[in-house]
Amino acid sequence: MALSGIFLMIFLLQHLAINLTSLIPDNGETFNTISHFMGYNPIVQFVLQPILIFGVCFHFVMGFILEYQNRKARVQKYILHKTRSSWISRNMIISGLVILAFLILHFDDFWLPEINDKYINPVLPDPEKYFFHLQEQFYNQTYRTIFYCISFVLLGLHLNHGLASSFQSVGVSSANKHILKVAANVYSITITVGFISIAIFHYFIH
Amino acid sequence: MDLSLKIWRQKNKNEKGSMQDYSIKNIEPDMSFLEMLDVLNQQLISGGEEPVAFDHDCREGICGSCSLVINGAPHGPHKSTTTCQLHMRKFKSGDTIYIEPFRGSAFPIIKDLIVDRSSFDRIQQAGGYVSVNTSGNTVDANATPIPKPNADEAFKSAACIGCGACVAACKNSSAMLFVGAKVSQYAQLPQGKVERTERVKNMVVQMDKEGFGNCTNTGACEAHCPKEISLDNIVKLNREYLNSKIK
Repeated sequence: MALSGIFLMIFLLQHLAINLTSLIPDNGETFNTISHFMGYNPIVQFVLQPILIFGVCFHFVMGFILEYQNRKARVQKYILHKTRSSWISRNMIISGLVILAFLILHFDDFWLPEINDKYINPVLPDPEKYFFHLQEQFYNQTYRTIFYCISFVLLGLHLNHGLASSFQSVGVSSANKHILKVAANVYSITITVGFISIAIFHYFIH
Repeated sequence: MDLSLKIWRQKNKNEKGSMQDYSIKNIEPDMSFLEMLDVLNQQLISGGEEPVAFDHDCREGICGSCSLVINGAPHGPHKSTTTCQLHMRKFKSGDTIYIEPFRGSAFPIIKDLIVDRSSFDRIQQAGGYVSVNTSGNTVDANATPIPKPNADEAFKSAACIGCGACVAACKNSSAMLFVGAKVSQYAQLPQGKVERTERVKNMVVQMDKEGFGNCTNTGACEAHCPKEISLDNIVKLNREYLNSKIK
């Protein structure tokens, strides 16, 4: 769980870095170049992508198994329970389920059309399409943009607890606890603000 | 002080329990929480009712016998205090106090507020000790020099009284803080290092067998521990466990 979480956090950083290039005022040229490379490079497509999909699936399946085991460990609930812990640390399953719903929409928006164009109903590669497709998904799309933003906030909270927690789970020195907390805050805020900025930018600007 | 009490009553582990209401009057603020329960029991016995069963022993905060979830918090609302050292001055006259047993599938209720915490004993038996050769050549433990930082760390972990508040506080009923404290305590000391690999493996296997949940690092165990056992012990447990798997 912790290892797949760390792997996915590294992936998210590179995903954000690539998506941020869509904010460069060059009519999407940089974004298109990088996206086309990612979309057609055989190492990315046939080595990294399957590893990523496995990592995502593994993380979700392990999350559900852990939740099941943890619920089984306390069948009889308290009548009154006041706990001194953060809401998000206790409800990773809720933020996880929202992220899962978001991922289904996100795959439907971006990944499935890509797979369709490449393997199901193949069309000639179009290196210019990525930026246009990104704008199409967000420009004036109020509900989609709001759902994306809410998901990014929950993703940020999930990551905030997840980062510190995953390093603790792999036994990273307790002396670094404070550094881990700061790193978790910086990382989760960067991811949340970064992705929200991209969605809002393309909602308003075409 | 006059108080309303809502107490979990359950005849035995097979019967269903429920919260029962009791009123108690003239409680002295300087009484301990357990003394207040003693007064209640006296009142119940005088009225021909079954007294409330609860665990206690030393009443000095060191044996780990007392338990209870008081107003939703294991060992009550006061930080770093066991139930036996919680005083009634922490409450106000007219308060309603909820009293429940520690809950967890690995801590089945025996009667009323008493739960079976023998799962902790079995985890200890699985590896929470240092084997000694009593052939006559046993070296006095105090004769082995131990660096002060290690001794201090081991002592902090050894402060765990095994009461089970960590399990009661954790939403997953995880026993990782307890096991972490025991594993860390011995891993810091030269006498304990010899068996550290087998110890952590065996204790974790036993912990899983007992049906405790998994740690999701909420930190509730540390926050509610009456002996302030640090979450760092769980980090150390994870490290010891990973090292034992690599070796």
